[in-house]
Amino acid sequence: MISTMECAADAQSLISISLMKIHNSRTQRGGIKLHKNLLVSYVLRNARQVYIKEKYAEIYRMQQYEEVMTVCNEIQELNPLDLDAEDAEDEEQAAAHARTSSAIFGCSPLDDGSKEPDPCYYRSCCMEPSPVPHCDQFTANNSSSSSHCNKTTVLDLDTHVVTTVENGYLHQDCCCCDALQCGQGARSPARKRKVEFSCCVSDVEDVSDFTAARKRAKREDCCYSNIDYTDTSNISNLISIFGSGFSGLLSRQSDLEQICSKQVLASLGAWTRAIVAF
Amino acid sequence: MAGAGGGNSDVQWCFSQVKGAIDDDVAEADIISTVEFNHSGELLATGDKGGRVVIFQQEPESKNQPQCRGEYNVYSTFQSHEPEFDYLKSLEIEEKINKIRWLPQKNAAQFLLSTNDKTIKLWKISERDKRPEGYNLKEEDGRYRDLNTVTTLRVPVFRPMDLMVEASPRRVFSNAHTYHINSISVNSDCETYLSADDLRINLWNLEINDRSFNIVDIKPTNMEELTEVITAAEFHPNQCNTFVYSSSKGTIRLCDMRASALCDQHAKQFEEPEDPNNRSFFSEIISSISDVKFSHSGRYMMTRDYLSVKIWDLNMESRPVETYQVGNCCCADKSSLYENDCIFDKFECCWNGNDSVVMTGSYNNFFRMFDRGYRQDVTLEASRENSKPRSVLKPRKVSTGGKRKKDEISVDSLDFNKKILHTAWHPLDNIIAVATTNNLYIFQEKLN
Repeated sequence: MISTMECAADAQSLISISLMKIHNSRTQRGGIKLHKNLLVSYVLRNARQVYIKEKYAEIYRMQQYEEVMTVCNEIQELNPLDLDAEDAEDEEQAAAHARTSSAIFGCSPLDDGSKEPDPCYYRSCCMEPSPVPHCDQFTANNSSSSSHCNKTTVLDLDTHVVTTVENGYLHQDCCCCDALQCGQGARSPARKRKVEFSCCVSDVEDVSDFTAARKRAKREDCCYSNIDYTDTSNISNLISIFGSGFSGLLSRQSDLEQICSKQVLASLGAWTRAIVAF
Repeated sequence: MAGAGGGNSDVQWCFSQVKGAIDDDVAEADIISTVEFNHSGELLATGDKGGRVVIFQQEPESKNQPQCRGEYNVYSTFQSHEPEFDYLKSLEIEEKINKIRWLPQKNAAQFLLSTNDKTIKLWKISERDKRPEGYNLKEEDGRYRDLNTVTTLRVPVFRPMDLMVEASPRRVFSNAHTYHINSISVNSDCETYLSADDLRINLWNLEINDRSFNIVDIKPTNMEELTEVITAAEFHPNQCNTFVYSSSKGTIRLCDMRASALCDQHAKQFEEPEDPNNRSFFSEIISSISDVKFSHSGRYMMTRDYLSVKIWDLNMESRPVETYQVGNCCCADKSSLYENDCIFDKFECCWNGNDSVVMTGSYNNFFRMFDRGYRQDVTLEASRENSKPRSVLKPRKVSTGGKRKKDEISVDSLDFNKKILHTAWHPLDNIIAVATTNNLYIFQEKLN
């Protein structure tokens, strides 16, 4: 096993360096070097394993029962509405999640407590609202988790992958493309992730694959060019937000507002894709 | 004890010559990319990133200076490959010469194979020291005479002229490799040769340039399942049916062409189990084999990975019989080497004439020799500072930690931009050619 001395920070740095190498290899004279990109992909894989392992451990630690209880108490103190405790908690969590999703992904936030949030909005405020078969389940999951505060469900707007963090374990729930009928080009997130990950070893014999890889690279270019690869706070923010649960999201409202500048949003999007893709 | 060189621990190496520009500002086209002695050692060929081949010829030993073997002087220079563009794939094809391999000499002319990423060429290097004079129908300058003025018949005669060395392409072997060619190897039958790219090995006949046979194909059906690539390949020096190829995973496969037309099933696989305690982010890179060379006897083969040189007995697949740590970079911060791409450097290795000593390059313009018999190793440096004629090379030492002794160099002060990737050893004598970035150093054994 890789030494524990090589911690998440090193892994994070190696991930960014590796991605940059893969990106630069496309414009190198002589074409993509298959051997070198294969080796870089191995480093990427190793670093990802270490990084995810460290982050799992961090998420798990953050979800200790005592910490959650403390935050829940804070929520109760802050709740301005005169409602049932359980209903209020549900609504706060739903609204908080909607606000957070919209805030993170650049959409206008909902008004607080103006109406019962449309469950479809949880998926993405950027998409056309449509009947979502999983809505009820999503809501149910919401309420079921309310008393335990041990589940966080996040939708990545780029890959349309729904991810649940439960007791420190990440689960990929489903591909929401078909369900949402978003009308966008439909590659499955798994397939899309695979192709993105392996773009460095794509078969150059197959021109269409190669072209597709280059097109994907172009799409990511605008984000990569704005990224400070050494900005570790964005990664940490993302992970800590994902891992805090709904109540945690509310308590970090001010943090979210700070990080919701345009530039950071762009970099967050890229990092989201990068992390979820792995 | 100053060196290693052929079963005698007292061999001392001294500077002989250096070829190339002195400027610190190195033109990329001048970067040497391959070095190879021919079978007699009389000729030394170099290829560079600009697609040129320069051949040096050893002068006959001078009676005035019996202590020195003959010097190598430029014999022929020609442009082997030009940059090309693949319009279908929108890819530029570099002109860099990846490998040169000499053919055994059969007549007065010399033949060599040179290859870039996509195309292999067979070159004929011949001398011309006579020219015909006295044509019946042509003037001396080549213009045809007016036939009305031709009244007699005369036969041209050959007269001596200044030596002229001509290099002419006899065959061009192209369009057979999708991926980048990394190796070529001439078979001992002198009729066929192999060329290897990242995923395939092809067998050619030297006389036929429009057809080749694919003998190894490790390309997976789904490229996303790719786990290893071919890094080097070589024919056995004596057995025309046997060849080996190394992989990026640190394995070497020996194949027998008699078994089947497609040698995907190896006859032997040489692999040393990885030590799980040494796992790191860069384990896969470090274990990737950059070069494989058979010994002249054919009994052993040598592999070079990023940190070590290993000698394998063809009769034992489970582990190498000898392992030599190259050093210099084992103590360095591998993350830095990864960031500046040094960790991807592909070092070559070579045997001496009687297979008793092996040599490989390293960083800071150091190169290492390992004497297998006496179990000694030495680190020497190729530098302009040590380039006085016949000056003896002083062994260098790298301090791995703690107190640095006098004359030792610390790992931190090693220059990782100065690297010796290509070395060659004269097939018969203790003469070595060592290529730094853009200079070729020739060292000889000190003769008393």
